[in-house]
Amino acid sequence: MSGGPGLESLVDQTISVITNDGRNIVGVLKGFDQATNIILDESHERVYSTKEGVQQLVLGLYIIRGDNISVVGELDEDLDAHLDLSKLRAHPLKPVIH
Amino acid sequence: MLFFSYFKDLVGREVTVELKNDLAIRGTLHSVDQYLNIKLENTRVVDQDKYPHMLSVRNCFIRGSVVRYVQLPPEGVDIELLHDATRREARGG
Repeated sequence: MSGGPGLESLVDQTISVITNDGRNIVGVLKGFDQATNIILDESHERVYSTKEGVQQLVLGLYIIRGDNISVVGELDEDLDAHLDLSKLRAHPLKPVIH
Repeated sequence: MLFFSYFKDLVGREVTVELKNDLAIRGTLHSVDQYLNIKLENTRVVDQDKYPHMLSVRNCFIRGSVVRYVQLPPEGVDIELLHDATRREARGG
């Protein structure tokens, strides 16, 4: 399926993944397949809460099963550098309900 | 295949994709595949104050399985064409 929305263009780039259980994981895309299974290097989770700023948990090398992925976003490094995570407060994302 | 073809015709249009986690993302439709996975460009989340989780994302891939609705521009809907395509599909091509 050429010209489709594959993830080829995002390989070796920093991406932000939203999982079906509402987690946000940021890392470098190292690999993927047709089922959207992905390999993330140097990954960390960004934990949102209303009580304090965004916490970052180091995860390292991760494989995420495609079933469990909602969104894969290309992280704009400039925009991200200007984001003050310590001041961001929000409810965690809701889980996906099929 | 009908909806795949239909979405392919909408490439370049501005759409809003509502996900099954209530997140709504607006952007320009870049591409779509057989699973109805969607790629959007120039994205912004509809309620950014409530959902700041994608503030530094401008291009994204949305897995087809988590899409609840795709809101289309009215000019992207040709009822006659859809009727014909639906009948053709029902007849088996």
